[in-house]
Amino acid sequence: MKAIKHLFGIAGLSREQIEYLVNMGESFIEVNRRAIKKAPTLRGKTIINLFFENSTRTRTSFELAGKRLSADVINISASTSATTKGETLLDTGQTLAAMQPHVLVIRHSLAGTCEFLAEHLPNTALVNAGDGAHEHPTQILTDLLTLKQAWGSPEGKIITIVGDIAHSRVARSHLLAAQKLGYTMRVVAPKTLLPAQIERYGCKVYHDFDAALPGSDAVYMLRIQSERLTDSCAFPSIREYHEAYGLNAKRLRAAGPDCIVMHPGPMNRGMEIATDVADSVKSHILNQVEHGVAVRMAVLTALCGGMQEEKSTDSGLPLSDDKAQGSLI
Amino acid sequence: MSSIIFDHQAVEDAIVQMADAIQGEQIHLIGIQRGGAKVANALQQRLEARGAQVCRGNLDISFYRDDLDTIAPNPEVKPSQLPHDFSGQTIWLIDDVLYTGRTIRAALGEIFDYGRPAAVKLAVLVNRGGHQLPIAPDLVGLNYDAAPGCSIKLVTQGPWYIEQREPAGTKEQP
Repeated sequence: MKAIKHLFGIAGLSREQIEYLVNMGESFIEVNRRAIKKAPTLRGKTIINLFFENSTRTRTSFELAGKRLSADVINISASTSATTKGETLLDTGQTLAAMQPHVLVIRHSLAGTCEFLAEHLPNTALVNAGDGAHEHPTQILTDLLTLKQAWGSPEGKIITIVGDIAHSRVARSHLLAAQKLGYTMRVVAPKTLLPAQIERYGCKVYHDFDAALPGSDAVYMLRIQSERLTDSCAFPSIREYHEAYGLNAKRLRAAGPDCIVMHPGPMNRGMEIATDVADSVKSHILNQVEHGVAVRMAVLTALCGGMQEEKSTDSGLPLSDDKAQGSLI
Repeated sequence: MSSIIFDHQAVEDAIVQMADAIQGEQIHLIGIQRGGAKVANALQQRLEARGAQVCRGNLDISFYRDDLDTIAPNPEVKPSQLPHDFSGQTIWLIDDVLYTGRTIRAALGEIFDYGRPAAVKLAVLVNRGGHQLPIAPDLVGLNYDAAPGCSIKLVTQGPWYIEQREPAGTKEQP
């Protein structure tokens, strides 16, 4: 497997790399449930969380992930950073990189922020914690871990994703992951909340939520991002949106008895999801939060780990005997 | 190239001897994933046949290794499962092969993140020499003086045996 140097998005990961991170995340679940939640894996590493957009769970999740692995973690949010004093993004990045952190975790409202900084910061591993409407890879790895725990594998399953697809980096990253891992995405939204040509991702598009429900193995609700919908005519009212696109108990029954409910948070109860559904036994929303810490521990570990190219570390031998013999002849 | 250094009979005899040497009514066995866990299972069988009560646990020390800078973590990490009530107890830490001692050092670190045992004793199926840390086993099944760099492996597919593999690229030239 090729070593993972940065995590920009699902687009840049192979299926093998995705499964590697999810599997490692799964083994960190146990560390997070211990009485003493601390392993020395990243002792001596420094991680900076640089958040230009508000975030509670993702930032907390990265912070806990680093701290539980004994790394030193610093949080910087836009309101306290020097960008409010007129510093450019590049200067902020270079300034922080000069303090020699191992990993820089970045959330920004502009797509491609991590790739841009990576070109200028050769010695720092970068993690995209959400860039505009582009990608949110650690959320998708989190969801894949939740699905692995629920189903074993997402392959062949149908996930119906509902809501503001146009502004959703989660939706976009999921569509990319679905193609790599072999699950099907059904995309449900009013036309006003769908990007153009989304079917090019290989998904099936619905404007009628009820038509998309039968056969779904999971319903994935997205938050209506009211902060990105200012002065928009995307939909007339919250009540009408909830009527047409909100997940309630009746709709969940229509999806089938084994259908699970997911949401990347934060939820707007009464808007995209009804309270009884959010709190039902079919809801995996809090599992997602728990798995988020474990998966981010795996991402940080993988980025801080050495180069492991195309070989197993298990036997202590660089090559299998067959290959070694072959090289002698 | 690999060669068998201990056959099935030798391995089985060694496990019987080790089980006989572990005394007590209630015994805590913690195996190191993955070879050590298999040896611990074999010991557990023998001990339970004798009438002892065995509490089992397993450790995966991947996250406690000291070489993250040189290698990425093994993708097949298995979760550690430790009984939470071993504080104040004597526990037997079981591994298949003792080489540098670094695995044991990492395992000790992990054990103390779970609790505070009264004592930790180390039992290994093969002690191959080449220790790099002041760690010595309390109980050894088989002793073998292996050349540095070669790999000693417990093979558990089919009847168990122990083989030695030469490091790649150091074979005799014709």
